[in-house]
Amino acid sequence: MSRIEIQQLTKQYLNRRVHPRSGDDPAIKPGDTFDVISALDLNFNNGEMVCILGPSGCGKSTMLRIIAGFDVPSSGQVLIDGRKVREPGTDHIFVFQQNGLLPWMTVWDNIGLGLRHMKDKTEKESTITEFIEMVELDGFEHHYPHQLSGGMQRRAELARALAVNPNLLIMDEPFSGLDFLTHMKMREEVVNMHEYLRKTTLVVTHDIDDALIMGDRIVVLSSSPATVRLDCHLDYDRPRDFEKLPELSQLRSEIFFMLGVNYAV
Amino acid sequence: MVTFIVLFGVWELIHRFGTWSDQVFPSPFVVLTSLKDLFENGTLVKHMVASLYRVTIGFYAAVLVGIPAGILMGRLEFVGKLLNPLLQFLRPISPLAWIPLAMLWFGIGDVPAIFLIFLSSFFPLVVSTIAAVKSINPIYFQVAANLNFNTWEVTTMITLPAILPSVITALRISITIAWLVVVAAEMIAVQSGLGYLILDSRNALRMDYVMAGMIVIGAIGLVLDFLMRQLERIESVQWGTQKK
Ligand SMILES: Nc1ncnc2c1ncn2[C@@H]1O[C@H](COP(=O)(O)OP(=O)(O)OP(=O)(O)O)[C@@H](O)[C@H]1O
Ligand SMILES: [Mg+2]
Repeated sequence: MSRIEIQQLTKQYLNRRVHPRSGDDPAIKPGDTFDVISALDLNFNNGEMVCILGPSGCGKSTMLRIIAGFDVPSSGQVLIDGRKVREPGTDHIFVFQQNGLLPWMTVWDNIGLGLRHMKDKTEKESTITEFIEMVELDGFEHHYPHQLSGGMQRRAELARALAVNPNLLIMDEPFSGLDFLTHMKMREEVVNMHEYLRKTTLVVTHDIDDALIMGDRIVVLSSSPATVRLDCHLDYDRPRDFEKLPELSQLRSEIFFMLGVNYAV
Repeated sequence: MVTFIVLFGVWELIHRFGTWSDQVFPSPFVVLTSLKDLFENGTLVKHMVASLYRVTIGFYAAVLVGIPAGILMGRLEFVGKLLNPLLQFLRPISPLAWIPLAMLWFGIGDVPAIFLIFLSSFFPLVVSTIAAVKSINPIYFQVAANLNFNTWEVTTMITLPAILPSVITALRISITIAWLVVVAAEMIAVQSGLGYLILDSRNALRMDYVMAGMIVIGAIGLVLDFLMRQLERIESVQWGTQKK
């Protein structure tokens, strides 16, 4: 459980695009640097589940990568519990969209990766077992990732992330590429995990309904550079039923509109 | 098996109706008898052991040097940039072109032959190890960083297992090359081994022994490839071999 402070975060990239597309800022020439994120200030509170939305290419992944320590800001900083993020670490785990499991290791070994220095063997085993059960992969401990379905791979990855007991979970589009039902189940899994463990969780998603159903808070970013368009708390009990919560439906249309969709059904 | 029986039949037919003398083109039955003789008087075993010994040492040396070198060149950009031109220059030189130098440096005997085998396996191994290291999905290194892996853990738990499927393929190819090279090397640099047996028999005009030698060489080549293929059955490399 961590508090995250993003302070004056700026990230610049080189514009590699030789042929500009419509919507690109005409002032940015190929070879120029441009701000993907510009002086962004944003705080996330302890134990909060924050869903981050925004148009494609607006810098969501970039922001998450900087929070995870995979990328360095051009200026500004990210603090986790008051300490500046300098490099990746087990305290703030990034859950990869897919293919994050090491294919040459079984589910059991993958989940045990972060626990490899644990002295107490029985404690290690019981921790691994606990998380395997939590994501309902019992019976598949000795399967290799390529022998699992896409949904099972995501669950195994979630279990590996949780097993190291991080204070912060960072998820970039955790449900993309899953079929509808698996998507719903996986979403439920993440919500249950959060209710149970109350870890600060950042979820980037393209699915507005995901955000409305999961989030304690929704942040909508605008593009080039990324700034906060909307930041609102959702104090509704779960499961959330849009039909019974007109405010939520209202918010849903607003966000759709914000992201450029006029007639959301 | 059927292939071999057909081959045997064709061979016998050519022998019967061809214009070559028995001396130049012996019948398969003669060759088989010679093979049996060579085996029974111990000559064959002696030469087989000599060849296999050289291949084993040269090949292992190439594996022990080539794979770590490939990992270093693949992982550390400056090492790669530094050594790659040299590698690209030396690689297309046939190991056989090294024979004069090898004999000058190491004299006559096992060492120059082993050196040639080393060279013949080393280059394909380094090159494919580098390629394999460079094509590792960067996500795995990020996972490793996220879970606080140190350099040793990254090497043993990420890099090595990730390249293993391609390295096993490279091992199969290079053991085949090594086996080709040993026979050639033995015709020049040493006084034993299957290559020497063939050369010596030619000088004695015993074409049945030459053919017997060739049969043994082919058979051992098949066995070596079979052994290497067994590596692909290891469970933790199947993710990579099944894809292909
Ligand atoms: N390494 C890089 N070099 C140059 N530009 C980059 C680099 N990484 C990202 N960008 C640019 O930064 C911008 C933001 O990328 P980012 O991946 O953060 O977007 P995103 O919001 O995650 O998009 P999506 O929703 O499609 O995943 C894009 O315009 C992208 O082209
Ligand atoms: Mg993204």
